[in-house]
Amino acid sequence: MLSAHIQEQINRELKKYPVDQKQSAVMSALRFVQDEKGWISTDDMSDVAEFLGMAKMAVMEVATFYHMYNLKPMGKTTITVCTNLSCTLCGAEETVAHLKTRLGIGLGEVTADGKFGLREGECMGACKDAPLFTINNKRLCGRLSKEKIDQILAELDKS
Amino acid sequence: MINIEIDGKLVETEQGSTVMDAAHKAGVYIPHFCYHKKLSISANCRMCLVEVEKAPKPLPACATPAAEGMKVHTHSELAVKAQKGVMEFLLINHPLDCPICDQGGECELQDIAMGYGGGESRYAEEKRVVNPKQIGELISTNEMSRCIQCTRCVRFGQEIAGIMELGMANRTEHAQIMSFVNSSVDSELSGNMIDLCPVGALTSKPFRYTARSWELSRRKSVSPHDGLGSNLALHVKDNKVARVVPVENEAVNECWISDKDRFSYEGLNSPERLTRPMIKQDGKWVEVDWAPALEYVANGLRQIAGSAGAEHIAALATPHSTFEELYLLQKLLRGIGSGNVDYRLRQSDFSADGKQAGAPWLGMPVADINAADRFLVIGSFLRKDHPLLAQRIRQAVKQGAQANIVHAADDDLLMPVANKSIVAPDEMLNTLAQVLKALAAEKQAAVPAEIAAVTVGDAAIAIAKNLASGQQVAVLLGNFAQQHPQAAQIALLAEQIAALCAGRYGYLGEAANSVGAYLAGAVPFAGDVQGMNAAQMLAEPRKAYLLLNVEPELDMHNPQQAMSAMRAADMVVVMSAYKHHAMDYADVLLPVAPFSETSGTFVNTEGRAQSFKGAVKPLAEARPAWKVLRVLGNLLDVSGFDYDTSEAVRAEGLHTLSLDDKLGNRISGVAINIATESNGAGLQRVSDVPIYSADALVRRAASLQKTHDAAVPCVMLNGSQMQKLGVESGDAVKVSQGDASVQLTVQKNDSLPQGAVRVAAGHPATAALGAMFGIMSVERA
Repeated sequence: MLSAHIQEQINRELKKYPVDQKQSAVMSALRFVQDEKGWISTDDMSDVAEFLGMAKMAVMEVATFYHMYNLKPMGKTTITVCTNLSCTLCGAEETVAHLKTRLGIGLGEVTADGKFGLREGECMGACKDAPLFTINNKRLCGRLSKEKIDQILAELDKS
Repeated sequence: MINIEIDGKLVETEQGSTVMDAAHKAGVYIPHFCYHKKLSISANCRMCLVEVEKAPKPLPACATPAAEGMKVHTHSELAVKAQKGVMEFLLINHPLDCPICDQGGECELQDIAMGYGGGESRYAEEKRVVNPKQIGELISTNEMSRCIQCTRCVRFGQEIAGIMELGMANRTEHAQIMSFVNSSVDSELSGNMIDLCPVGALTSKPFRYTARSWELSRRKSVSPHDGLGSNLALHVKDNKVARVVPVENEAVNECWISDKDRFSYEGLNSPERLTRPMIKQDGKWVEVDWAPALEYVANGLRQIAGSAGAEHIAALATPHSTFEELYLLQKLLRGIGSGNVDYRLRQSDFSADGKQAGAPWLGMPVADINAADRFLVIGSFLRKDHPLLAQRIRQAVKQGAQANIVHAADDDLLMPVANKSIVAPDEMLNTLAQVLKALAAEKQAAVPAEIAAVTVGDAAIAIAKNLASGQQVAVLLGNFAQQHPQAAQIALLAEQIAALCAGRYGYLGEAANSVGAYLAGAVPFAGDVQGMNAAQMLAEPRKAYLLLNVEPELDMHNPQQAMSAMRAADMVVVMSAYKHHAMDYADVLLPVAPFSETSGTFVNTEGRAQSFKGAVKPLAEARPAWKVLRVLGNLLDVSGFDYDTSEAVRAEGLHTLSLDDKLGNRISGVAINIATESNGAGLQRVSDVPIYSADALVRRAASLQKTHDAAVPCVMLNGSQMQKLGVESGDAVKVSQGDASVQLTVQKNDSLPQGAVRVAAGHPATAALGAMFGIMSVERA
C-alpha cells in the first residue's frame, strides 16, 4: 500500500495532467516512493500501477529505465558518483577510490549500518564542477577533493 | 493521393501513409522486423532503412510519411550499406546457432540475414546472455538471448490483447523482454506473440523441438471452437497435427487466432482418444469391429422404435460438429420417424422455436464490428467466449466507439466501457426493458405497452443516451443471454433496442457451427417430422440416446438431469473422439474423427460457410462421423443415404451458395412478460463456461489445461454476501443445487450483483450440479 503521504503527493501531481492521462504521473510517483522509502520494490511498482491505472509492467519499464531509481535498498544516504568523461578526466576515479575506502563498500553496495550507499552515475550536466557526486539525487557536490569528501561525509554522519 | 516513386516504379498512395505502405502497393519488398501492419510503428530495428532523394541520411521506411514527388531507392548503394550495417549490429548479440534453434528454417532474421547481411561479422567479443523467464505454459522464453528487441510482443499485448503483460525492462544493452516479476502471460490471445516474434526468442512451448519447419506439411482448416470460424493451417508431421497457426483472412480472424484455436491440437493426440468401436457386454467393455458395432446400434434402434415408438429415440449433438454430420444425424432420425434432435445443449428457453425468421446469427458481417460506433453487449463473457470478436470490439473502441454492457458479471474486458449495468440474472430482462423505455423517450418513440410499467434507473438512461447518440449501433447477445431462461424475450428487446437506434443486432454464436447446425435442421422444429428439444428430451427421459460429440455431464444446460436421463436409458450410443465418462452409462462407443481427420463445413456466426478437408488420416479405427451416420442410414433402410463424399452431403443440405435468406434473427409471436421485482429467495446462479472447458477437444489440450484460465473454478460471491455467510476468500464452501452439492473454494468478487453467486458450468468440478441458471445455496463446508 502506498502511504497516505505518497498518495497525497501523487494526487497533487495528477492535477497537472488530463484526467484520462494519469500515467503521465508515473515518474513523479516513483520519485515520491523513493523519497519516502529510499528505494522502489516491485510491490511498490505494482501499487503505483494500480493507483495510476496502468499495467504493472509499464511501471517496471519506467523504473528500470531510469538510473536514478534505486531498485534495491541503497541506505539512508545514496551517494552517486559521476564517472563519465569530464569527471573522469578531473579525477572521478580518485573520488570513487576514496569513497570506497572511507565507506568500506564497493559501487552498488550499502554500508552494514545502512547509512550509506554508493552508486556510479551518468553525466549530471554540471561538468564545470567535475568531479562530482550527488546525495540522494537531490544535492549536487562538485569540485571534490579528499578533504571536501571527508567534510561532506562528516556532515552527513552527524545528520 | 500522393504520387511517389520507389525503385523507379511510380505508385499512388494515400495521404498519411508511409513509405512502407507505398512499397507494399508497388510490390517492392523492404526488409523489416519491428514493423507489423497491425501494430503501431516503433521504428526501432532500423532494418527498413532506405535512401530517399534529398534526405541527408537513410530513413526508416516504416516511419517515414510518403510525400508528393518523393523518390525512394531501396537497393541503392546507400540503402544497401545501411541495411548491411544494421544487420551486422543486429547479429552482434544474436547467437549464430540456427541449426539448433526451434525457429530455424522459418526465421525472419535468418532469411533477412541471408538476403541483406554480410557474409561474416567483424565482432569477435563476448555476446550478451539473457536468462530465460518463466511466463506460463504456452510460450517459452528459453532462448531470450535471441531477442532483437523489436517489441512486437509488447505492442501486441498493449494494442491487440489489451493488456500489457510483457514489457522491455532496463535499457540499452541490458534491455530485456520480461513479464512483471515472472508472472505468467494469461491473455487468451498470447500465442500470437509466437508468430509475431521474428526470431526464436518466443517459441511455442508445446511444439518446441518436436519438428523442423521443413518437415511439416501445411493443410488449411477451420477452427472448431468459437463462433468466429478462424482460418487455420494445421502443420502435419507423420500423420499427426504438430501445431496450428493462423491463415490470414481479414474478414474473419485477420491474422490472429486465439490460444484455444492454436493449442487445442494437443487434444487431437490425447491418450484418451477412442481408437476402436466398443460394445458393453454383460457390464464389460469389449472392442469390436465396425460392422458388429453398427449392426448392434441399428438393431437396438429398430427394437426401441418397434416397441416403444420412434419418438423414444433422441439425438443430441454439439454445435462443434460439422454441417454434414449434423445434417445426416437429423436426416437419420427423421428417417426413422423421430424429430427429437437438437444441438442447443446449453439453451434453456425454447419459446422462440419455429418463431424465428431463420438461423440466429451475428446480424452483420464480422468485419462490420470494427465500423460500429456504439455497442450494447448483453450477457456475454466476451473475452473468454469470443476472444477475437472481443478483440474487434476493442479495436473499434480504440477508434472511438463506445461499449455498453448489460450482464450479470463484470469481468475485465480490457477496454474502456462507457456504461454498464451489472444485474442478477432474473433482472436482465427488466434492465433491458428499462434501456428500451429510456431509449424510446430519447428518440421520442412510443413505448411498447408490455414494458410501460418498468421504472427506469440511471444506468439504463445512461446506456440509452449513449446508444441514441450513435450512427452505427450494434446490439450483441452473448452466450449467457442465449442460455438465459428468458432468452427469447431478451432477444426481442434487443431487437427493439436496435430498431430504435437504426442499428443491427445479433447473436455471438456459441460454437463453430451454431449457425450451421440450425441450417442443417438439427433442431426439433425443422423439417416434416417434429420432436422434442434438448431440454424436453431430458425432462421426459427417452429410451435411446444418440450422442454426437456430446459429453452430457459437461455440455448440457442441466448436467444433473442429463446424467439421470442417460443412466435410465435403455440404450446410449456415443459417437465421440474420446473415451470419457460415457463408459459408465453408454452401451456403444463409436470412435469418430475430430475436425482434423474429416472433411466438413462449419458455418460461422456471420453465416459464412467454410469447408475444409481432413488434414490427417483418422486415428486407428476412428472414422468421420458423416460416414458412420451414412452407414447407419443404410442399415436402418432410410432412403437417400447413398453419399460418396461429404461434398455430396453438403450439396444436398446447403444447396444455395448464398445463405442470406436462411439467416434471420427476427422473432415473432413471443410475448414479453416482465416481472417488476426479483423473487428474492436464495442465491441465483451465474454460470460461465470456462474458456478451456467449452468443448471436448480443448478439455484434452494438456498445455491449455495448465494455464490460469483452466484452474478449477471458484465460487464467487460479493463481499456483503460472504459476510452474511461468515466465509472468507479461500475458504471451502458447500454449493448445493437440486439434490446435489459440491465443495469449492470461495472467492470474493465485489462486482457481482447482490443475490448472485457465480459458479462455472462445463467443468468436472461443478458437473454434479443442476441447471446453469437457477437458485442455489452456499454454506460453510
